[in-house]
Amino acid sequence: MNPTVRGILLFALVLGLIVLSGFERSWNVALGILNMGLVSAIMALGVNMQWGYAGLFNVGVMGFVALGGLAAVLVGQPPVAEAWAAGGGRLILGLVIGAGAIAAAIFVWGRLARGWPRALAVTAILLVGFILYRWVFDPAVEAVESVNPAGTGYLGGLGLPIFLAWPVGGLLAAGAAWAIGKTALGLRSDYLAIATLGIAEIVIAVLKNEDWLSRGVKNVIGLPRPVPYEIDLQNSPAFVARMQGWGIDPVAASSVTVKLAYAGLFVVVLAILLWLSQKALASPWGRMMRAIRDNEVAAEAMGKDVTKRHLQVFILGSAVCGIAGAMMTTLDGQLTPTSYQPLRFTFLIWVMVIVGGSGNNFGAVLGGFLVWYLWVEVEPRGREVMEFVTAGMADGYWLKAHLLESAAHMRLFTMGLILVLVLRFSPRGLIPER
Amino acid sequence: MDLLNALVALSNFVIVPAVAYGAQLALGALGVTLIYGILRFSNFAHGDTMAFGAMATILMTWWLQSMGVSFGPLPTALLALPVGIVVTAALLLATDRVIFSFYRAQKAKPVVLVIVSIGVMFMLNGIVRFIIGPDDQRFADGERFIINARVFRDLTGLREGLAIKTSQGITLVVAVIAVALLFWFLNRTRTGKSMRAYSDNEDLALLSGINPERVVAITWIIVAALATLAGVLYGLDKSFKPFTYFQLLLPIFASAIVGGLGSPVGAIVGGFVIAFSEVMVTYAWKKVIAYVVPEAWEPDGLVQLLSTDYKFAVSFVILVIVLLFRPTGIFAGKAV
Repeated sequence: MNPTVRGILLFALVLGLIVLSGFERSWNVALGILNMGLVSAIMALGVNMQWGYAGLFNVGVMGFVALGGLAAVLVGQPPVAEAWAAGGGRLILGLVIGAGAIAAAIFVWGRLARGWPRALAVTAILLVGFILYRWVFDPAVEAVESVNPAGTGYLGGLGLPIFLAWPVGGLLAAGAAWAIGKTALGLRSDYLAIATLGIAEIVIAVLKNEDWLSRGVKNVIGLPRPVPYEIDLQNSPAFVARMQGWGIDPVAASSVTVKLAYAGLFVVVLAILLWLSQKALASPWGRMMRAIRDNEVAAEAMGKDVTKRHLQVFILGSAVCGIAGAMMTTLDGQLTPTSYQPLRFTFLIWVMVIVGGSGNNFGAVLGGFLVWYLWVEVEPRGREVMEFVTAGMADGYWLKAHLLESAAHMRLFTMGLILVLVLRFSPRGLIPER
Repeated sequence: MDLLNALVALSNFVIVPAVAYGAQLALGALGVTLIYGILRFSNFAHGDTMAFGAMATILMTWWLQSMGVSFGPLPTALLALPVGIVVTAALLLATDRVIFSFYRAQKAKPVVLVIVSIGVMFMLNGIVRFIIGPDDQRFADGERFIINARVFRDLTGLREGLAIKTSQGITLVVAVIAVALLFWFLNRTRTGKSMRAYSDNEDLALLSGINPERVVAITWIIVAALATLAGVLYGLDKSFKPFTYFQLLLPIFASAIVGGLGSPVGAIVGGFVIAFSEVMVTYAWKKVIAYVVPEAWEPDGLVQLLSTDYKFAVSFVILVIVLLFRPTGIFAGKAV
């Protein structure tokens, strides 16, 4: 079959599945799947840049996604004036001291000659810097966190329109990617994997514990939205009149309208990113990337700076993940650090890319939609299967209760099975690279 | 100045827990490093293999307990261990036959095997949660302490108590036995030597008539034993929760890499390096310092470098430092 036709058919199939769940359950559910599918597709695009174009093995997607979520809070939430008055300045000073100490240590390391004086000087700078940092920073944190801890207890954000958070999320993720790429790229591929795994856990630990920044496990809820609120629509006479004119219940219509508005925004972002990725992949830069991926030594012999190009694509891909993370937090309307699980936010994205077709942007997007649809659908389907299996057992039999209860965990197994099957029988994915 | 009390407090809160944790990490890292040496890929499913082994052992323990069997002051789980190891070995051999052997025959790139192992990780994770559920399980029984804090205080008359949990003692004893057996096997037996030969130079090993499938199968069996041991000991010491085993992946990989991937001695050293740094950096030193320095200098704060939630950051930072200055690890592992 012609690959283009095949691709169109596959996309139509996935969209059909989503529409089907709309008929079968409700349009709210279908649009929910569609919106998270759009976000997942963008994350998959980011990972596809790193793995598909360049062969970089990043298993820290969760960290970059969470940084995007943090950006939504830092940009969208209103600033907390009392907290800034209580210790905002001192807190920033503390952070500057910490960063300065690290910068000074790196500077001295570069300037002094090899030997024990250098090691001693760097250790001394770091030690003094750390003590100074804690001395300035700790009281400020305490002051900020004690300002109305039940309601705020953090510095808040800038109070800007929340869709500005999307590019900012990309920038934050890019910054983190630069730092990690500088240290771990150029080493072996396994090391990059472990390093990214570590940085993702650290990002989540920071979000959970630095209450002054993100309220930690107290969560930031009620983020401002780029789209209208359901309740405002229901109170708007014009909206109610129009919906009743179409013969639709205004309450149900309001939540569908809001989800459609999100879907519209996300489609625009996805379209822009997809267009840019396609242009990049087809450009000389894209060909160079694939040349590096397929044979690093040959590309290096042709005068390509492999480490630098790797760093570049690593930053770009991570930034895309950061954008998607900010979009997801905007969609949820809240930042809940405990909800970031590596299986869901790192490895599931990998399943999307591999299943869809690594190296092909459309494949990654398709994988994002399809795997997200499966992730949502496996749970109710698994329960149906279990109900069927246990139908013959007596009520109250321990195995029946256990099987029904555990059906929810089938989705992890199913995802693993899908990944293994695709790798075995169709290793290039549903829409292979051309 | 009260050095004796300071020493006891230090042992109680830092040395004893870190030694036990280090032994658990070392057992885990040995498994990772063996797979890396023989099969030449980083096995992301290792944390979940540990969880599976621990789960099999726990189920057996519960069965034994329900039959009224007990091991006196020692936990019944020790009796159930062989069963857990056999079940886990069967599982690993089956996954190898069904999944990994295909890619070995194709001579696939290591990174492909890593991605396959992610698929296996998902499946094992699902199986463990399906069978035993995602919640905390307690299965430790028998005597809780070898010596508890109050008895120690009464015995010595010191102000500080020293508590050694049975699980910590068992961890150390079992780990020493397991490591001794492993090294005896690798260095003294014909099969062990063929494994090392295969790890050092695959082509030469094949030329000299070593059967690769046999080496691989034995590796999986040994890895199953090590992973089950590590999982059960960690579960006895802390508690069994599937998700924590997945999170152990990071410190375990850090241990294996810090020691040098592919080097068994390195894995053990790496395990203790990571464990001691984690415990020392996240411990609040106030108590120990208060005994050592004059009263006037006593610190106000907790003197805790990082909160315990940042323990992952510690393994990570050590990993990065070692990689920057000695990319092959302390014991020069292999670089593929």
